[in-house]
Amino acid sequence: MNVHEYQAKALLRRFGVAVPEGRLATTPAEAESAARALDSDVVVVKAQVHAGGRGKAGGIKLARSAAEAKTVASEILGMTLRSHQTGPEGKVVHKVYVEAGSDIARELYLAILLDRAEEKFAVIASTEGGMEIEEVAEKSPEKLLTVHVDPNAGLQPYQARRIGFWLGLDAAQVKKLETFLGGLYRLFVEKDASLVEINPLVVTQQGDLLALDAKLNFDDNALYRQSDVRDLRDPEEEDPREREAKEIDLAYVGLDGDIGCMVNGAGLAMATLDMIQVCGGKPANFLDAGGGADKEKVKEAFKLILRDANVKAILVNIFGGIVRCDLIADGVVAAAGELGVKVPLVVRLQGTNAAQGREILAKSGLNITPAETLREAGQKVVAAVKGS
Amino acid sequence: MSILCDKNTKLLVQGLGKMGIFHAKLSLEYGTQVVGGIAPGKGGTTLEGIPVFDTVREAKAATGANASVIFVPPPGAADAILEAADAELDLAVCITEGIPVVDMARAKAAMRGGKTRLLGPNCPGVVTPNQCRIGIMPAQITRPGPVGVVSRSGTLTYEAVDQLSRLGIGQSSCVGIGGDPVIGTNFVDALALFEADPATKAVVMIGEIGGSAEETAAEFIRTKMTKPVVAFIAGQNAPPGKRMGHAGAIIAGGKGRASDKMAALERAGVTVSLSPAEIGETLAKKVPGLAG
Repeated sequence: MNVHEYQAKALLRRFGVAVPEGRLATTPAEAESAARALDSDVVVVKAQVHAGGRGKAGGIKLARSAAEAKTVASEILGMTLRSHQTGPEGKVVHKVYVEAGSDIARELYLAILLDRAEEKFAVIASTEGGMEIEEVAEKSPEKLLTVHVDPNAGLQPYQARRIGFWLGLDAAQVKKLETFLGGLYRLFVEKDASLVEINPLVVTQQGDLLALDAKLNFDDNALYRQSDVRDLRDPEEEDPREREAKEIDLAYVGLDGDIGCMVNGAGLAMATLDMIQVCGGKPANFLDAGGGADKEKVKEAFKLILRDANVKAILVNIFGGIVRCDLIADGVVAAAGELGVKVPLVVRLQGTNAAQGREILAKSGLNITPAETLREAGQKVVAAVKGS
Repeated sequence: MSILCDKNTKLLVQGLGKMGIFHAKLSLEYGTQVVGGIAPGKGGTTLEGIPVFDTVREAKAATGANASVIFVPPPGAADAILEAADAELDLAVCITEGIPVVDMARAKAAMRGGKTRLLGPNCPGVVTPNQCRIGIMPAQITRPGPVGVVSRSGTLTYEAVDQLSRLGIGQSSCVGIGGDPVIGTNFVDALALFEADPATKAVVMIGEIGGSAEETAAEFIRTKMTKPVVAFIAGQNAPPGKRMGHAGAIIAGGKGRASDKMAALERAGVTVSLSPAEIGETLAKKVPGLAG
């Protein structure tokens, strides 16, 4: 789960990490009074959307007076921000964060994340603040330092010192970095973050450290115990179908094809998309109905798939392990009947109670094309789309 | 022979909810020695004929159990894994999906150097055909034979196993290693076990987008494996930045793409099937004479 910069900075502040003073505004007038209250020669007005590359996209602007902040905010609010991370459709800006300007001496980079290969947490530091870190890693890896942290021992002060001296900070600044990084690490583990990224971390002319920009991602699996993080969710930033799927505990990702898919298990769901492409079709979605799929869930899944107007046929591919195929078949029959599914429906059932499931489908009197193997399922659904 | 479990495995079940009991029964019916269940506070009772204990240590002492399958929900799953490790079982198989990464990173670090091998979490378990079923796989689709199957996925494992069985190709063991970012047994561990298992003549490996476990496996196959390997990578058309169901299945920062994994495996001499429907056929073509 992602949060906005202003939310990230509020959390950072709570964990003792230094951030610039700032206020949220949803109208130009609010931006003006925010700028006035900040009492700073320069303020920065920043679009609040879940995407990087805001600066280049015109979503971050300087203002030297409260009046200018109002003007700048009126330009940013309501704009459709398009960056390499928003996709071509862009994102409409509803909020701006007005922040006191900083006297920047140096721009650095700091992040904490899980290193999957090492199965440890990793602090990544770089002298190249403000750059895309993937680009730094590719072009000048010597400018990156990765320090692994044992998840049980936690971040040690010597590790923070090592990073500080490597970044070329002086002794007083290294002391500040210990506090700064300590706060970041505590936030990472206590709030179940999956990414804490400060880019840039600035050293001011006065020698202070400040998180000028902040990106936080959180582990979806841990949201059950992070109610305050959960409350930061901004529904406007999420794909409405993905949001709805989440609410009924289905994993859904919208794609741009015309074959709707309902599959149990993430791996098989991905393979089903691959199968459709191999057969010359284009999937409309990824949908993992999960291990506990029952009648009600199948119905909800169908509703979700059918909301996509591009869908010309639906492929149901179930390999029963936890899931019992007879229950899925009940669900398919109920959903297809109640929802009046008009598009061709290809259903493949295998595994636990598959024979009973197939019998339920056959006896339903509905126009369902059964398929035995994955290949057959793929071919039949692609043929159904091409024929319609 | 086989890997991870066989007819001598004595299994405990941690987490006796609906799902734990359902699958304990299926495992029993399959012939697995399910010797005990763990339900704190209910020790001394029996459930479906299985004796229930308060702790894993107690259960091990009373039954001689050497393996455990964990169905405990996410908030208590890491605790259950560590309890199995503390009792020094040989194998703990965690089925639970949705365990926070911080919990798993800590549990895995705590288990390092210990006696217990962890399989999973977020995995379907392991089946050694006609001998032992641990977890949730539909064991009826397996048949005994010479092919080791290892996969990050659950249902896609069944798909591959089903294809093999339909071609008359049996399996030594079918192992689901799980779809989470931090897992107990990775591809390299499982491949090493299959390489050392005299009953395994060839291996089917099923990977997916996200992380670099397949690339690491490719390096292992290139340098350490003598047995032929066929692979499939799921998610060849997955959009970047989207989590495809599994917590670990995400293309992030240009890393974890299927195409890179397939190329790395092919460089290591692995035959990669482009179609998920041709995993079995690809193996039959590469290694004739496996059916029997």
